[in-house]
Amino acid sequence: MTYWQDIWDRWQFLWDDRGDGVTYWQWMFSAWGYTVAVAAVSLVVALAIGCLVGTLRTVSQHRVVSALATGWVELFRNIPVLVQLFLWFFVISEIVPGMRGVPSFVLACCALGFFTSARIAEQVRAGIQALPRGQRQAALAMGFTQLQAYRYVILPQTFRIIIPPLTSEAMNIVKNSSVAFAVSIPELISFAMQTQEETSRGIEVYLAATVLYIITALAISWFMSILEKRARVPGLSSQGQGAH
Amino acid sequence: MPALDFSFYTWANISTYLLSGLYFSVSLTIAATIGGIALGTVIALMRLSGIKPLEYAALWYVNLLRSIPLVMVILWFFLLMPSAFYNLFPGDIGQKYRAEICALITFIIFEAAFFSEIVRAGIQSLPRGQTFAGQALGMTYAQNMRYIVLPQAMRNMLPVFLTQTIVLFQDTSLVYAIGAYDILKGFEIMGNTFGRRVETYIMAAVVYFIISFALSMLVKRLNEKIRILR
Repeated sequence: MTYWQDIWDRWQFLWDDRGDGVTYWQWMFSAWGYTVAVAAVSLVVALAIGCLVGTLRTVSQHRVVSALATGWVELFRNIPVLVQLFLWFFVISEIVPGMRGVPSFVLACCALGFFTSARIAEQVRAGIQALPRGQRQAALAMGFTQLQAYRYVILPQTFRIIIPPLTSEAMNIVKNSSVAFAVSIPELISFAMQTQEETSRGIEVYLAATVLYIITALAISWFMSILEKRARVPGLSSQGQGAH
Repeated sequence: MPALDFSFYTWANISTYLLSGLYFSVSLTIAATIGGIALGTVIALMRLSGIKPLEYAALWYVNLLRSIPLVMVILWFFLLMPSAFYNLFPGDIGQKYRAEICALITFIIFEAAFFSEIVRAGIQSLPRGQTFAGQALGMTYAQNMRYIVLPQAMRNMLPVFLTQTIVLFQDTSLVYAIGAYDILKGFEIMGNTFGRRVETYIMAAVVYFIISFALSMLVKRLNEKIRILR
């Protein structure tokens, strides 16, 4: 009996006031909210840029365009995400006019979004190149313009193929959002580190943060598997099977 | 926009602030790659052993470590590593380099989860006939792995190992969370000392970029070579 009582007591700090009217319990969920929000906004940025850049890399008629797109991917893929975060906070916001007043949340989402965009661009490019060449040729033979071929034939199939790698990118972006602690975004790692210092309840706090990360990862994989089923084209069964 | 000034990058300053950090980053990468491949191979073999408890243990190991951020894992190890462990090192090395030692252990254990998935894929990509042929020749399980399966699997996996090593090298910057002295820390201290954060973070990005980009070119060339051989 005393054993369970002891465990229960060890978690009591969650209901303590931090001194500003906010309990650790409330802070934890706001931190989780920050983690999810940073990840979600970054993912939108990364998807938008990544799809554009990945598509441009496959446009072979314009050498300059595809070289620029390749340069984009190499630049953002070869610098660690933490260093990119510091670049946005201490370099870009310093030397680019008009960037000084930008909120740190936006800067963090830019850093994480641009970093992930390079990885998503690679997935999109691989997806486009995995399609049979006949698809593009057939579209062009039907009188589609290059743009229409991408819009109506190539990209809709590509997106279905790359749902599984995009799932792991979405999970990666949640994990990578943890670097935002280094620029004082109040997300889960910041919460865990600061609460550990203030309460010395390291194991309990880390356990809570870890569980929240795992729940987030599970939720994403569940959501994406539903998305994959919804997006499946009836009759094209081979696409669905490749996923697992 | 303030003018950029890189004149403080003298040889004396570089060797004072950066070289030991660079040395730690590179040696952490190499040690974690070797350690991670060794431990990862063991975990992959457990996963493929056909013995249920071992299989589930390996499965849990991999899935758990892959679903939480590396920063979280680093914090866990730094919190839980008993101080008796650091005392095993001669003199005051253990206490002086707590963060660095802890980072090394963490990276080996964390990266093993990722390397084990690569090794598992490598082993499974071999035709089953290779294993059967080994067994037919009267080889034990260990001999079969040592002489038939692993040499071929490792060769196939070499480019993927190197790609993972590039990721690993970039991940070493996350030891920032426990204050270990890596190259990024070196740049940070240098920037604060000279009041030139802009220039130091630019140079940090340049250094990481050059090393990662050079390694990825190497992987590209290796891939082309292997393609010709086949």
